[in-house]
Amino acid sequence: MHIPDGYLSPQTYIPLYGVSVAVWGIAARKIKKEVSARQVPYLAMAAAFSFLIQMFNIPAPGGTSGHAVGGGIIALLLGPWTAVISVSVVLIVQAIVFGDGGITAIGANCFNMAIVMPFVASWTFRLIRGRSKKGARLIAAAFFSGYVGLTAAALSAGFMLGIQPLIASGADGRPLYAPYPLSIALPAMALEHLLLFGIIEGIFTAALLRYFMRHESMPIYCIRGG
Amino acid sequence: MKRFEKKLWLSLSVMALLTPLGIILPAKFGSEEGWGEWGIAALEKLLGYVPEGIKKTVGMWRAPIREYNFGGEDALFSTKVASYLVSGIIGAFLVGLVVVIITKLVLKDEK
Repeated sequence: MHIPDGYLSPQTYIPLYGVSVAVWGIAARKIKKEVSARQVPYLAMAAAFSFLIQMFNIPAPGGTSGHAVGGGIIALLLGPWTAVISVSVVLIVQAIVFGDGGITAIGANCFNMAIVMPFVASWTFRLIRGRSKKGARLIAAAFFSGYVGLTAAALSAGFMLGIQPLIASGADGRPLYAPYPLSIALPAMALEHLLLFGIIEGIFTAALLRYFMRHESMPIYCIRGG
Repeated sequence: MKRFEKKLWLSLSVMALLTPLGIILPAKFGSEEGWGEWGIAALEKLLGYVPEGIKKTVGMWRAPIREYNFGGEDALFSTKVASYLVSGIIGAFLVGLVVVIITKLVLKDEK
């Protein structure tokens, strides 16, 4: 899901840079309110976790591969704003140091995996969880928060890629940037995440939430208060 | 450090040691990069051409550890696996450090 350089037109990646920078600003203010100094090691662990989980590439039928992101479980444990910052840092380091995802696409990739994913995951969790404080419903809510969160991020990436042929083509009529239209890009991104990567994201999101709830060693964002 | 925290750091270290699976498994099944993440050669094969905009910008940034690999594209697979493992450790450490610096800065100017 890491969009490389050249796949997005400037008309796409410049506004997305703007959106991501604006959201980082809000996230910084929220973190100031929500996070205590004692939690800083957990934030570092969250980022390290997201970096590492993304390294586990999973082969998919059709010759592609993909991976989980961890944006859902971080949002559940530490809050969506913390997830915004920690996953963004991961994506920026991946782009700059490892060439994974384009430099021009940092705004776009952060929008998909560090903004869409944690918030969709949080909303999905709240919606399914209802008022339950434990038990199967809570675990199901955690599964779907990872599953829907990752799939939403993939759809957002598929949408960005799919609109490129509409935005610009060369004198010969060939697309200048990402070449496949929405009718191909959206289903391609949706299917492999709905059928494979999303399920993996969901399983470890549910398993980790269960683990942290059992240990009760740190406050869990998604179940404290309401 | 609290016991629970120690346990979590330990789990992350185990994860880091297992990262080579993320390059070995896809290689076993012959899977390539993710959808929409093709390089120039893969695009040429898929489309028969490389879109102009992609050709112009795709290599503009020379990442210091390109594709989690120290050995270059033609390196032995074992070199790639070792690079992947080391990249995982460097990356996990680096993102953790950056997050600590950012949150400390953010939290500091409150007080």
